[in-house]
Amino acid sequence: MNFTPPDFFPAILEMLTLGMTCLVMLVYLFLDQKNRGITYFLTQITLLGTAVVAISLHGSPEVITFDGSFILNSQAILLKIFILLSVSFVLMYSRTYIRENDILHGEFYLLVLFSVLGMEVLVSAYSFLTLYLGLEIFSLPLYALIALKGNKPVCQEAAIKYFIMGAIASGFLLYGISLIYGACQSFNIHEIISMMSLSIHTEPLLLTLGLVFMSAGALFKLGIAPFHMWVPDVYEGSPNAMTLLIATAPKLAGFALLTHILVEALPVLFPQWQYLLIAVALLSMAVGNIIAIVQDNIKRMLAYSSIANMGYMLLGLIAGTPRGYGAALFYMIIYVVMSLGAFGVITMLSRKGFELEKVDDFKGLNTRNPWLAFMMLLILFSMAGVPPSAGFFAKVGVLEALVKVNIVWLPAVALVFAIIGAYYYLRVVKVMYFDEPLEKTPVILESFDTQLAISINGLAVFFLGLFPTTLIELCQQAFLA
Amino acid sequence: MVTLTDYLIVGAILFGLSLAGMIINRKNLIIVLMSVELMLLAVNMNFIAFSSFLQDPRGQIFVFFILAVAAAETAIGLAILIILFRHRQSINVTDLDTLKG
Repeated sequence: MNFTPPDFFPAILEMLTLGMTCLVMLVYLFLDQKNRGITYFLTQITLLGTAVVAISLHGSPEVITFDGSFILNSQAILLKIFILLSVSFVLMYSRTYIRENDILHGEFYLLVLFSVLGMEVLVSAYSFLTLYLGLEIFSLPLYALIALKGNKPVCQEAAIKYFIMGAIASGFLLYGISLIYGACQSFNIHEIISMMSLSIHTEPLLLTLGLVFMSAGALFKLGIAPFHMWVPDVYEGSPNAMTLLIATAPKLAGFALLTHILVEALPVLFPQWQYLLIAVALLSMAVGNIIAIVQDNIKRMLAYSSIANMGYMLLGLIAGTPRGYGAALFYMIIYVVMSLGAFGVITMLSRKGFELEKVDDFKGLNTRNPWLAFMMLLILFSMAGVPPSAGFFAKVGVLEALVKVNIVWLPAVALVFAIIGAYYYLRVVKVMYFDEPLEKTPVILESFDTQLAISINGLAVFFLGLFPTTLIELCQQAFLA
Repeated sequence: MVTLTDYLIVGAILFGLSLAGMIINRKNLIIVLMSVELMLLAVNMNFIAFSSFLQDPRGQIFVFFILAVAAAETAIGLAILIILFRHRQSINVTDLDTLKG
């Protein structure tokens, strides 16, 4: 029996990340207390270096390797670039926070890097086995990260809730995989597609059940109603830096999970999953936007806003066309950029012994730090969908994709919810600009790179709104191949 | 003769039991962790049944991966449970009510 080694090249990003993670682990062991900061720079080098390699790979033809269980195509590369960049921004924003709150251990950066590795594997998965392993590699470090801040009981409660919900999600996903394996005799996405096209009537009951369970698992992970109960609790309970992390990059990974299942593996069942998604998207938009209005805690408010935003993203998938999928991907990327900025500002305003949590803590931010307030203004306008911000074009994209396939009532309902949603974003703007500050001391950001990062972030939201074409085209191409 | 359907029914019952164990149980977090474990075992049951029925060993390979991941998952779950207990002196599910959900 001959064994030919597989082509390792497509996994170069994962190998880079893993190699550097091991390096960070070793370096950390030999550092004394004073020089622990080096791990931060090594981690940034890992993330940005891998991102640069990913950018250089963009445009290369699609490759499938490891016996058809791993794929590298333009969609995977695009998602990986944004995952790596967003985690790099997360670390920049939370640098002061984790130093002041005594979470600055090498474990923090190691767990983040392992989580990034899992997300990369998940994004490139081309069989349900790789999909499951990637999902677990990226979730397990996140559970530990939330519980890392040992002195705050509420963090541990958030961690255990996140853990249990995550475990249920992977249980559902696995149950679905087992049923689809039974129906298609394979868990390789390529083989499943060919199996479906050969005999459509394999086992309709098994297939439909498998589809329902698998998408329930993915919806759990993305925090879409009716599987959203954990989102506000976990966002509120986690330390601000961890909320920033779990609110950004994992959403992109979750999007990859959902599209791998629905768009790539089971496009034959489109009529079934279209109805499923219409129901959960409507529910998400309603629950997210309406409950967010009554929240005083800004982290809970943004958690409900994330539920609503995931609902809008689903509209693109409901359209069922490459154009719609591209619009959904664009929406997801813009959402991650916006929530990176919003949670980034929250993390930066938190200090030792003070967690910024209430909307009222934003009172008079304009007088305390006008530039930061202006960046937050741009981000909130974008979340509310005010033209010409990026959030506006993201919403237009998904709604337009639906109208193109002659579904008009759904975009109309979505618009109504978007108008309701604008209220609570604009309320924060009002609090920042027109209310008297609770404490008069100006907010001074210590490090220059944090300032630069939030400026890039805020202006990116604005300029992606003025010149959205390039990114939209990249997203469209990702699904045309 | 035990058929494939029988195995699937056992798997479904185990899955339902584990889900009920997580939702109905109001006492002990360890029971929740046991339910998580049971859920994965229900899935393994399905995989092995299909694998033997389809004469395809890949299903059983998947089971090994699930077992390995389940061990890692439980380790993290128990670790969080221990720090939770250290702070609250209780692992009662109903005590987990600081967050509103």
